[in-house]
Amino acid sequence: MANIKEAIENIKDDLEFFDDELDKYEFIIDLGKKLKPFNEKDQKDEYLVQGCTSQVWLVPTIKDDVLYLSGTSDAIIVKGLVHIILEIFNEKTLEEIQEFDINILSELGLAEIITPNRQSGVQGMIKKIIEVSKNGNI
Amino acid sequence: MSYKKFFPYFKNSDMTYLDSGATTQKLQTVIDSELEYYSHYCANTHRSNFGDANKATINYEESRKYLQKFINAKDSSEIIFTKGVTESINFIASSFAKNFKTVIISSLEHHSNIVPWHMQGRSLGDGLEVVGYKDNFAFDYEEFEKILVKNPNSFVSVTHISNAFGTINDIKKICEIAHKYDSYVLIDGAQSLVHKKIDIQDINCDFFAISGHKTFAPTGVGAIYIKQELLEKIDPYQTGGATIKTVTYNESVLLDSPYKFEAGTQNIAGVIGFKKALEFIDSIGYEEIELREYKLYEYLQNELKKIEEVVFYNTTKDSISNKSFNVEGLIHDDVGILLDKQKIAIRVGHHCAMPIMDHLQIKGTIRVSLAFYNDFDDIDKFIIALKRAIKMLKD
Repeated sequence: MANIKEAIENIKDDLEFFDDELDKYEFIIDLGKKLKPFNEKDQKDEYLVQGCTSQVWLVPTIKDDVLYLSGTSDAIIVKGLVHIILEIFNEKTLEEIQEFDINILSELGLAEIITPNRQSGVQGMIKKIIEVSKNGNI
Repeated sequence: MSYKKFFPYFKNSDMTYLDSGATTQKLQTVIDSELEYYSHYCANTHRSNFGDANKATINYEESRKYLQKFINAKDSSEIIFTKGVTESINFIASSFAKNFKTVIISSLEHHSNIVPWHMQGRSLGDGLEVVGYKDNFAFDYEEFEKILVKNPNSFVSVTHISNAFGTINDIKKICEIAHKYDSYVLIDGAQSLVHKKIDIQDINCDFFAISGHKTFAPTGVGAIYIKQELLEKIDPYQTGGATIKTVTYNESVLLDSPYKFEAGTQNIAGVIGFKKALEFIDSIGYEEIELREYKLYEYLQNELKKIEEVVFYNTTKDSISNKSFNVEGLIHDDVGILLDKQKIAIRVGHHCAMPIMDHLQIKGTIRVSLAFYNDFDDIDKFIIALKRAIKMLKD
């Protein structure tokens, strides 16, 4: 499995393939459709990530110092962004996540991930992942 | 005639700007006047006496007089500059209004006219009353009067135009009713000065909160109008430099209004720039502005109606410029992202008006907010982009 940096590089390559912004987002919408089915029972407040309007649920579990993530959103594009975030952080060791420089995410060029506009909830999701990895517990 | 040429943003940005309810674009004359102040006579006002300082003070005070005449206030002492509507409301809330047993607001307030009252420990039925609405978000005047019968001597704080839905309240009528019950009225004019002629004496409100940045002026400048008779009764909510006649270690003697209310160095460039924005509105006239905006607003509504999935919350009747809607089966955030990618600037979300969104059982809306510099072409571009976004999200 690719490490965090390699995962980001892979996604970057995929996104850079599109010259047209809308084509890129069509791709992100498709990623959302491919997101692993989320257990509806987990769509509860406990797993809700603080965002402004669209809702993001994130269920982190830790086993043998590895972080396992599942997540979803009620918004279609955000669901695609959740897919990207899981691609980067799922099944990574806590140590690797702790050492990760969050600024590297800006290389993806996705405004919804890098802009602190409190809108999509994706930022809250990343914050939560970092927090969980630092605390070593959920 | 295209008015975009007066706003440099439209030359420099390829966005179709339909978010004027959040902030309007700035006039070249406004920007030039700020630049001129900073590069030619930057000095503090009301303190130093050298040439540039005097020029800055004179221009600052000219803006006050201009705004006074612009809204037909009786005297320039009734105009106090603030950093915007939020500060204007917080000022009155934390000084004059804090001692009132009951504060009455409407259902369509934005957070700036809700949160300050909560901060005073008020909650619904306990120091805070909310007037409901009738069809099409019309202010419920009968309910308002009933609340006042039970709670005379209240403080009423109501928006003129709803930021989320564009609903126009009859503020003259609200003032008439409130005054019958010895109550005072603050009108939140954040969304109105840019669209409608304000005649303070005709409205007969006690306070009127004004936004500069939503009226083509710089951010960080606004004003509060306070009726002359009340100026003596109101304490400043902050004090400091340039507010005093004399200070000893025992006491401070404050100046008269407006100076006692304008503590510290003000947004001098912003206030001076504000006058340029008002001059521009005067040069066009509200008649032309309202007519143009009405045509655009009707056109927007009609074009949106052609898209069957669009869900409306009100008609264009008794409303102006701010159109909120949703697309059936879609979350507004998704639509907002795809409109942005197509260079359309609109706002999605709760528009800082969460209680009304809760009441409608929605998380938010897609809001198009127009100003008179927009044109039919802007709306056409938006509609094309919206249709494409819907197709992408529904396919």
